[in-house]
Amino acid sequence: MGKGKNLVHRENRAVRTELRMRVWVPLLWRERVLLGLLVISGIALAFFSDVFLTTTNLLRATRYAAEVGMVALPMTMIIITRGVDLSVASIMALGAMTMGLLWQRGMDIWFAAACGSLVGTLAGFINGLVIAKVRVPPIIVTLATLAIYRGIATGLSGGRGILGFPESFLFLGQGGIGPVPVSTLLWVLLTVLTTVLMARTTVGRTIYAIGHNEPAVRFSGIPVDRILVGLYTLSGFISGLSGIFYAARVATAKSNAAMGYELAVITAVVLGGTSLSGGEGTILGTVLGVLLITLLQNGLTLARVPAAVQDVLIGTVLLVAVLSYGERLIRIRGVRMLVTGRQFRLDHDSKEGRT
Amino acid sequence: MLGRYNREMTIAVVLGALVVYLGLTQETFLNPQTIANVLTNAAYVAVISVGMTLVILAGQLDISVGSMLAVCGLTAGALARAGIPMPLVVLTSLLLGFAMGALNGSLVAYLGIPSIIVTLAMLTILRGIVLWWTKGYWIMPLPPEWKFLGTTVVLGLPLPVWISWGVVLLSALLVSNTLFGRWIYAVGSNAKAAALAGIDVPRVTFWVFALNGFLVGLGTMIHVTRFSQVQTQEGLGLEFLAITAVVVGGTNIFGGSGTVLGTYLGVLLIVVTSSALTFLGIPATWDQAIRGAFILFAVSMDILRMHVQGRRRFVTGLRTPE
Repeated sequence: MGKGKNLVHRENRAVRTELRMRVWVPLLWRERVLLGLLVISGIALAFFSDVFLTTTNLLRATRYAAEVGMVALPMTMIIITRGVDLSVASIMALGAMTMGLLWQRGMDIWFAAACGSLVGTLAGFINGLVIAKVRVPPIIVTLATLAIYRGIATGLSGGRGILGFPESFLFLGQGGIGPVPVSTLLWVLLTVLTTVLMARTTVGRTIYAIGHNEPAVRFSGIPVDRILVGLYTLSGFISGLSGIFYAARVATAKSNAAMGYELAVITAVVLGGTSLSGGEGTILGTVLGVLLITLLQNGLTLARVPAAVQDVLIGTVLLVAVLSYGERLIRIRGVRMLVTGRQFRLDHDSKEGRT
Repeated sequence: MLGRYNREMTIAVVLGALVVYLGLTQETFLNPQTIANVLTNAAYVAVISVGMTLVILAGQLDISVGSMLAVCGLTAGALARAGIPMPLVVLTSLLLGFAMGALNGSLVAYLGIPSIIVTLAMLTILRGIVLWWTKGYWIMPLPPEWKFLGTTVVLGLPLPVWISWGVVLLSALLVSNTLFGRWIYAVGSNAKAAALAGIDVPRVTFWVFALNGFLVGLGTMIHVTRFSQVQTQEGLGLEFLAITAVVVGGTNIFGGSGTVLGTYLGVLLIVVTSSALTFLGIPATWDQAIRGAFILFAVSMDILRMHVQGRRRFVTGLRTPE
């Protein structure tokens, strides 16, 4: 059923994706899809509300985007290595709760916040250690620690929230430098850093390589374990930090903070075109994914569309977008297999003798 | 022979030890009422986890079960309030579950979108539909015959318990004694090889999702009919509970190996632990942390055992089998 044509078409596209090596050169297909969606939905939403397309509103919207967006950066890297970190939202809650409890016991708020992100880092380190050393699949480890970390936050707090943080601290989540929220600035900074890391450093290229073929990378003598532990630790650190910003924004530290954020983060990353089967994805795509979701949520809210309908829309956008990225099973010689541009590129590469 | 049931034995021993300990230290634990309670609480989780086992065995994942439960439960509630006879309401719930599962299945099997993404989208979409439709209001009051299915006691145990045992038994037979069951294992352990061996991989994938949906419909009915209202947040987080039960029960998260019996024991272990906390006076707020520790411990032990047995296949850097 038109197998041959499909194959050629895909191979052509695969060759083109090689250009991804140079980040700012031609955008990938999926990044163009996202940009198109961003522009179209931006224009469409502007018709429904006068407030929507104003700098103040859009900057305000990035406050929420930054919390998800920061966590989405290490998540992208982790998913590129073929892993996943389901525990991020729990680490956010644990970080915020640690800070709240220490502050309540008389510690200086900034020192307490530092301790909160330190606990987040430690939580991420534990994830990484179990994944890399005991070799438990990441999805299981982080599914378990999702429950454990949130459970510890709930257990320690007894389910009660902590309120009454000082003004100077709330500035972190409610004020900003000029009209730009603090968290947004940090998000931009982290985005630039991770983009450079992924595209311009050996570590970044190794992360892609791990997703392509981990055993091969191990046999090449690259310290895979150290990179994995590092990534999950980074994820923990940023999640802890993001949890502090969350607590400052809602002015409360509570154990059910950021509930369900892990799904929002993963949705953004997948929408951004990172393949769950590893080796594929860009930081730029993830940022576009986060922006698209935020834009839709903000614009639809202003257009008085109920939150429930927004969920339906975002879910549908996710399905349609992923379908258009073409990461799917196709039938080759009667065999169904997962075909991403990458697998063909690998074939193509090996033909030329440079894997 | 016994080696095959290694994992089940381990859980059974842990479960047994826990029950004996609680029985000896807490007078009220081993009375028929407590046991019936534990089994009833486990019933709907068991039915849905069995469905999840089928999906995971086939190498897929379904994280939309919680939202599916909410859709089925609320629809059933609304129909019952509208005066539709109960048998018809139950039938609708089953068909609705089946239809949603079939939708998941077709998107995964025929459009080839990865199952995590499909069901992640469905989780959001279905929950959104539920909230949109009910506006967050609970469905109540319900007609008196509503609670028949959930509260009727047969031979000392409530109907849901018998239904869950029936489901466990039939599904165990399905996966181990039928051709379709063996196909599920084949597809889950190596889809490419299965396809080359002439198995219609997409069809098997479609049917596991459809069956899972059907079981969610059934699980919903034995759950919601125990209470006199249906809440909108029904089923929130159920997907994690079900996956935990399946994984603790010894099923490989990447498919291809595991048993239905293991899953049922996994469910019992989780439910017994939850009630053990109450008996031991540990605040219920620690429930989640302990449940998480369980998964991590169970799976780490498994993998360490494989290290010791030198089964390198799983160990040499292969996080997901190809």
